[in-house]
Amino acid sequence: MTAEVSDRKSGDVILDVKNISLAFGGVKALTDISFNVREHEIRAIIGPNGAGKSSMLNCINGVYQPQQGTISFRGQTFSHMSRRQVAEMGVARTFQNLALFKGMNVIDNIMTGRNLKMKTNLFQQAIRIGAAQREEEAHREFVEHIIDFLEIQAYRKTPVGRLPYGLQKRVDLGRALAMEPKVLLLDEPMAGMNVEEKQDMCRFVLDVNDEFGATIVLIEHDMGVVMDISDRVVVLDYGKKIGDGTPDEVRQNEDVISAYLGTSH
Amino acid sequence: MQTTFPRLMLDHAKARPDAAALREKSYGIWQTTTWAQLAVLVRQLACGLAEAGLKRDDHVIVVGDNRPRLYASMLAVQSLGGVPIPLYQDAASTEFVFPINNAEVGFAIVENQEQVDKLLEIREQCPGLGRIWFDDPRGLRKYDEPGLASVDALIESGAARAQRDAGFFDAEVARAQPQDVAAMFFTSGTTGNPKGVVHTHFSLLDRADAGKTFDKLSSAEEVLAYMPPAWIGQNIFSYAQWLACGYIVNCPESAATVTIDLKEVGPTYYFAPPRIFEGLLTSVMIRMEDASPLKRRLFHACMDVARRVGPALLDGRPVSLLDRLKWTLGDLAIYGPLRNSLGLSRVRVAYTAGEAIGPDLFTFYRSIGINLKQLYGSTETAVFVCLQPDHEAHADTVGVPVQGVEIKLAESGEILVKSPGLLKEYYKNPAATAEVLTADGWYHTGDAGFLDAGGHLKIIDRAKDVGRIVGGPNDGAMFAPKYVENKLKFFPYIKEAVAFGDKRDRVCAFINIDMDAVGNWAEKRNLGYAGYTDLAQKPEVYELIRECVEKCNADLAQDALLAGSQVTRFLVLHKELDADDGEMTRTRKVKRGAILDKYLVLVDALYGGKAEQYIETAVKFEDGRSGSVSATLKIADAKTFPAMKKAA
Repeated sequence: MTAEVSDRKSGDVILDVKNISLAFGGVKALTDISFNVREHEIRAIIGPNGAGKSSMLNCINGVYQPQQGTISFRGQTFSHMSRRQVAEMGVARTFQNLALFKGMNVIDNIMTGRNLKMKTNLFQQAIRIGAAQREEEAHREFVEHIIDFLEIQAYRKTPVGRLPYGLQKRVDLGRALAMEPKVLLLDEPMAGMNVEEKQDMCRFVLDVNDEFGATIVLIEHDMGVVMDISDRVVVLDYGKKIGDGTPDEVRQNEDVISAYLGTSH
Repeated sequence: MQTTFPRLMLDHAKARPDAAALREKSYGIWQTTTWAQLAVLVRQLACGLAEAGLKRDDHVIVVGDNRPRLYASMLAVQSLGGVPIPLYQDAASTEFVFPINNAEVGFAIVENQEQVDKLLEIREQCPGLGRIWFDDPRGLRKYDEPGLASVDALIESGAARAQRDAGFFDAEVARAQPQDVAAMFFTSGTTGNPKGVVHTHFSLLDRADAGKTFDKLSSAEEVLAYMPPAWIGQNIFSYAQWLACGYIVNCPESAATVTIDLKEVGPTYYFAPPRIFEGLLTSVMIRMEDASPLKRRLFHACMDVARRVGPALLDGRPVSLLDRLKWTLGDLAIYGPLRNSLGLSRVRVAYTAGEAIGPDLFTFYRSIGINLKQLYGSTETAVFVCLQPDHEAHADTVGVPVQGVEIKLAESGEILVKSPGLLKEYYKNPAATAEVLTADGWYHTGDAGFLDAGGHLKIIDRAKDVGRIVGGPNDGAMFAPKYVENKLKFFPYIKEAVAFGDKRDRVCAFINIDMDAVGNWAEKRNLGYAGYTDLAQKPEVYELIRECVEKCNADLAQDALLAGSQVTRFLVLHKELDADDGEMTRTRKVKRGAILDKYLVLVDALYGGKAEQYIETAVKFEDGRSGSVSATLKIADAKTFPAMKKAA
């Protein structure tokens, strides 16, 4: 595993986060955070509960507008971005508390991820002729590749709400993949999973990185998982960055150890 | 049949180039390979293998699920006079070491990353294994191992060679003779190392043809290939008979989608071991339990009619007009939709074999109009020894000797077989060969049985397993463990059972609960549980199992011969018996000896009269790691019944 990680070639900086500060009223969620993500790498953001991990992801994603700082994506700098802009630039995400359409089946859920790629209008799609049909077929084929990739062929027509949690997480990932993302933001992809499901998910994350060439930014609680699969790790604590580097460097970092294990003052 | 597998394939490609040979579901759509396309693929693969240095009589292992390109690979190997050896795709890597070294295997063609990883793991122990090709490149891009390449690359190099040297392939195919070795199958073996069963083109194709004639199979049959290709049954039904008949073999999308694909394909010729039929029935019963009371009542009323009338209808026996009408109504309301939901509505001939099938289970399928029959055979006999003719299917026999087969009984009651389909030998094991294949040409099956008045063969048990009760009230009674276990296993709540009693004063048993059925049952009763081990030890579950055991005892008491085999004490095991832990064979037969050794404390506790016993067991997970499960098992008594005296 470690040999594979060091072999992986990371490219230029694709996402650069500079001096981000975010506050909700008097509560400072993030204070002066800077880090960057290189193309094709797996970048993890870790930290104890309430450290600001999800807030960080939401800033990148355009859900929150930070009061200070800038985020550059492939050289373009933004201080305010709408969610739609972010998605159109090729950033997709999965959610910590799944955001799927429970009553819809797996195919339809993943199809929603193709929404931005659809060129025909609602009326054409409703009567489903000509261009709309061709378009749907092309998208469906793409979705089938994802279904094959995530090994969920047996559940194509199953309403998502009836699937076990681990599989729902896979569908959530599938929906994000359907956007053909350049950068994939994963919010605690392994949370609430058993050991076997975690192993599967690790394999999928590595394969997504490998086969789809997507850059991955990953928030994770499970230190074992993070250290195994990421190239570089950012550590947050109380909204501040306390560590940044390869998994080994981070492991040696005194501040990180005390944040995670606590120290006697 | 005076031909070989590759020649048959070329014949089909010539006679019906555009007819479908194989279908595989991928990306949600059934993709067809025609005979002509298959012939091209096989030619390229064969030329690629020749480029890589494959020579006549070389052995090649093929590991993976049923995939068209793996089937083509087997044909390609045979085209060059090589011998394909399919191995079980779910075996642990260490189980590959013996076959690879025993058969001096230098080449492997495998399905995917999982199999590649397993072979790379044991490469040091198998220095001869030089080349490995994989069908599905996913996850393998970064692998940089000597001799590892994709099947695509193999095809590419073969295509170039086929162009340069056009006559090569046909000349190679023409050189092969029917008496040449065609394939080798490693038997799972309940004891010792597995043995490589060597079959020729003639032995496999002769039996395939005998089955074809017997059931009038045509090129219009549809077959779903979903059992492990390493099992000879799978090989006969979707490889040998596929080429002998020229029908269509359908490969499911993945192991998880088999039931969905079964419905889509609607096979006409279907083969499954009893446990598959059992699993289907259990899932039907579970779903019926969840249905509304009205539907449930309708179902049971119709099934009563079906049990009474269905088998007679299928056997062509006289049935009253009223009963006929009732069955037809039942067919409209229940049986037809049920057959459809099982994916068996188009089945013309269905077979089950491998182990004894419970009479109730067998009758269930026949009663809803599925022509389920039994057959008898083994790896060593290329499957077809006995088959049940269409109107003579009985639950307790395995049919009449099929064309070319002679049967005789040894004095010990062991069944001896003479047939064109007998194995050539066990590979490099003359001692074992001599043991089963005597100089006079008879093969010793190891099964005890007899031919009944109608000429049907009846199997009692493995010859070496039939024992005697010694001491106690039933002193001297016959003990047929398999018979008892099968009776127990017919209850949907019981997945496996292991009965002990030979040379003991009474019969005791281990029970494995069926997690799905018992889990569902517990849920209905708001019975919380933390997992398999916890559920298995619930007092309520013990009560449930006790009822099953007592019903089984009542049944056994009906038969004076077997009344002594009633189960007096039992316990529910804390873990499922598993092939990975050496407790079952890969075809899911219990390894009695291994279980006895491993759980000796439990057996002692059963016979020692203890009320509970602590045990810790090592378990192996599918990824090769191991852990342990421990529990204190309760032991329960079951009521037995006095033997019915036969009305003299």
